[in-house]
Amino acid sequence: MAAVDKGNETPRIVLVGSPNVGKSSLFNELTGTYTTVSNYPGTSVEISRGHCDIAGIRYEVLDTPGMYSLMPISEEEKVARDILLNETPHVVIHVIDARNVERMLPMTLQLVEAGLPMMLVINIMDEAERLGIRIDFPALRERLGIPVIAAATARRRGLQEIRQAIGNQDFDIGTPFSYSPDLEDDIREISSCFHGKYRLSRRSLALLLLQKDQHIQELVSDGEAQLAEPLMECVKKVAFARRSDLHLHISLERKRITRNLLSGALTQEEGRKPSLSDRLSSLTMNPWTGFPFLLATLYFGLYKFVGGFGAGTVVDFLESTLFESYLIPWLIDLGDRFLPWYWLHELLVGEYGIFTLAIRYAVAIVLPIVGTFFLAFSIIEDTGYFPRLAMLVDRIFKNIGLNGRAVIPLVLGFGCDTMATIVTRTLETVRERIIATVLLALAIPCSAQLGVILGLLSSVPGALAVWTLSMVLVFLLIGLLAARLVPGEQPMFYMEIPPLRMPQLRNVITKTLTRMQWYFVEIFPLFIIASVLLWAGKLSGALSWVVKGMEPVMTMLGLPSQAAAAFIFGFFRRDFGAAGLYDMQTSGLLTPVQLTVAAVTLTLFVPCVAQFLVMNKERGWKVSFGIFIFVTLLAFAVGWLLNKVLLFTAVLS
Amino acid sequence: MKLSEKAEEILEALWIATEEEGENAAHFQTLGVGPGDDGLCELDRLAYIDIRGERVYLRQEGREEAKMTVRRHRLAERLMMDVLDIKGASGDAKACEFEHLLHQGVDTKICTLLNHPTTCPHGKPIPPGKCCLEAQARGEAGVVPLTEVNAGQQGEIAYLSVTDPKKMQKLMSLGVLPGNQLRLARTFPAYVFTVGNSEFAIDEDLAREIFIRKI
Ligand SMILES: [Zn+2]
Ligand SMILES: [Zn+2]
Repeated sequence: MAAVDKGNETPRIVLVGSPNVGKSSLFNELTGTYTTVSNYPGTSVEISRGHCDIAGIRYEVLDTPGMYSLMPISEEEKVARDILLNETPHVVIHVIDARNVERMLPMTLQLVEAGLPMMLVINIMDEAERLGIRIDFPALRERLGIPVIAAATARRRGLQEIRQAIGNQDFDIGTPFSYSPDLEDDIREISSCFHGKYRLSRRSLALLLLQKDQHIQELVSDGEAQLAEPLMECVKKVAFARRSDLHLHISLERKRITRNLLSGALTQEEGRKPSLSDRLSSLTMNPWTGFPFLLATLYFGLYKFVGGFGAGTVVDFLESTLFESYLIPWLIDLGDRFLPWYWLHELLVGEYGIFTLAIRYAVAIVLPIVGTFFLAFSIIEDTGYFPRLAMLVDRIFKNIGLNGRAVIPLVLGFGCDTMATIVTRTLETVRERIIATVLLALAIPCSAQLGVILGLLSSVPGALAVWTLSMVLVFLLIGLLAARLVPGEQPMFYMEIPPLRMPQLRNVITKTLTRMQWYFVEIFPLFIIASVLLWAGKLSGALSWVVKGMEPVMTMLGLPSQAAAAFIFGFFRRDFGAAGLYDMQTSGLLTPVQLTVAAVTLTLFVPCVAQFLVMNKERGWKVSFGIFIFVTLLAFAVGWLLNKVLLFTAVLS
Repeated sequence: MKLSEKAEEILEALWIATEEEGENAAHFQTLGVGPGDDGLCELDRLAYIDIRGERVYLRQEGREEAKMTVRRHRLAERLMMDVLDIKGASGDAKACEFEHLLHQGVDTKICTLLNHPTTCPHGKPIPPGKCCLEAQARGEAGVVPLTEVNAGQQGEIAYLSVTDPKKMQKLMSLGVLPGNQLRLARTFPAYVFTVGNSEFAIDEDLAREIFIRKI
């Protein structure tokens, strides 16, 4: 066991494969609960690490981001390959989808070619069998020369075999397959110029160099030092002779080898009838049925479940019953008795106290809303509906400078704009990321804020309609403008559409819990900070100064001066602000017009502290400050205009 | 006899106004001419048009010629875009110059080279020539961009004309490779197709760069 005996380091198992092949579920099954997620050094890409014990040996397991080939395009793929370049694995487990063996096997060939100790896991066998796909595993094992295991990790099938294979095997390096003679000549010519030592085979490096992989060029230049010159000359000569068709030629050669490997070893029954899921899938993609379907999903998923159940039933119970009637009075009573110091009393149980404001807020109001939203989102995500939605709205999104893919961060924004801003990373061009960030900061209210605003406006007939219309108009207007003003290349849309399926309870729970955990770790401290800052502001009198400073702006919008406080709260938490309005509304301080104007302005108004910090981190301070100022000015301008329009047309009076 | 370039431009604009936009005639302003225009006089002499006041009518005698001028213009557009890869405004301008050279069978050759396309890059119909009708009668399979395949049809991927290497790599890693069978499920709002057991959605721009041999 060469790799295991090396020093006293823990042997590593590296999982690789394209997205949606059940790689993460295999990772979870192997490692159990003890996993850590961290950013790969120098990037924003996350890597999961965990441990597993097999036959008395402890292994470290690494889950890499999705990767389609050994030649990376996206940052995720680059990180996945860097891991292969930098880590010495006990075994690399390539996970592929049994329904698409022919498409995914070329990457297995590349990994074998790279001289890595390999194991192939053909996953999702259950669904493949339903499609009438039969795979001859012994034949495939023999032809590939590496362990090949049938699995359905979501159904816990094949796990025992995988563990056994990890424990038993001293992984041999497979023999690479031969390409056409001319390509082999070229590879030999380049390989013979290598002198340095590398983790990947020379054959593999030669092919990557021929395809002009920049990162490998740098790596080899370093590895060869002064001998790099003749090697690069050789590569240039061959690459020039082959020019345009090289990529395609290599791909077609790999396809030919794959066909040979699979001939007789993989069969699929013809003439399968479309299943219920296929028919449902095509309904979601047809605009005539797809949009009503979308509206229904929004109505039941968002409005009924998040708005009605989460923001209604659960919040009512926690906030009115648990906190307002029992916990808070009890805490205040304790404070009154044991905290003679005014400042400490205020800090813990005062108007902006950590218990009375921050914790009550985070636990009783935000948690149920965000939790139900993440649950609904995870269920929808697990069915595979989002790629269909992306395809449905692509044409519309092209007009606002985005492609259909952006629908995922934008929808997530309704749960938490901060998290959604991070997810804009998955968009391909800088231009799309900026536009999506602006729209999230401006016109997408997060679920907590949305919950409060819905509650606030539903008491005034027509106000909700005016608010919705204003949001949609601002969203479209800014999108249309951004598409014309933000420089950069036009977005391109391509997406794999996974089969529609029943959501799996375990996946849904894991995804929901991961998101909620993130939310609590990232956002909860900010609640406390916000409440401390407000407390300090109140005690030092700074708060009343800022409120005074904003009074002229409030007058301009036709709002009472007390509304200024709501706007300042709004910066700490979007929903704080809305809740401030709620108090004013219940005290009868706002007319319907004022309420609507305040709600619209506040929804548009600056992103909250957390979102602003994340914007800074993801887009740089120049862009984020620009967005901040733009959003602030626009919010007040729209508020001012709306006030004039509403007073002039007397719509809400 | 061969018309002057100016006359061809007028005829083309007149065809678009009357055949495609549903007018019965075109005003001088639409055609961008004055009353004493050389091109206009030339067409009038050939009895291709009638001029009444400031309005110009296309006569039966001029219809065939007008149709062919439009055809040549749009074929030139396709040539610029699909083969020479000149897109956008400069492609349109070059097409306007080029169309006047497509006479005496050159248009037929180009039409055949482009596989008898039915629409220009802007989506306007290209009036079919004799070559197109003959090819249709022969039932030639032909290689067409994915945008010309109907939903429900099946074919083999013939080649990819993608210029951006990253895009090319992406498509290849998704299994969109020459020789693979492709089945188109939808064309609107995006192109949805299956290769192997996987389904993909792409936009029109990308679909235009995948060429299919129809079966
Ligand atoms: Zn055109
Ligand atoms: Zn033709």
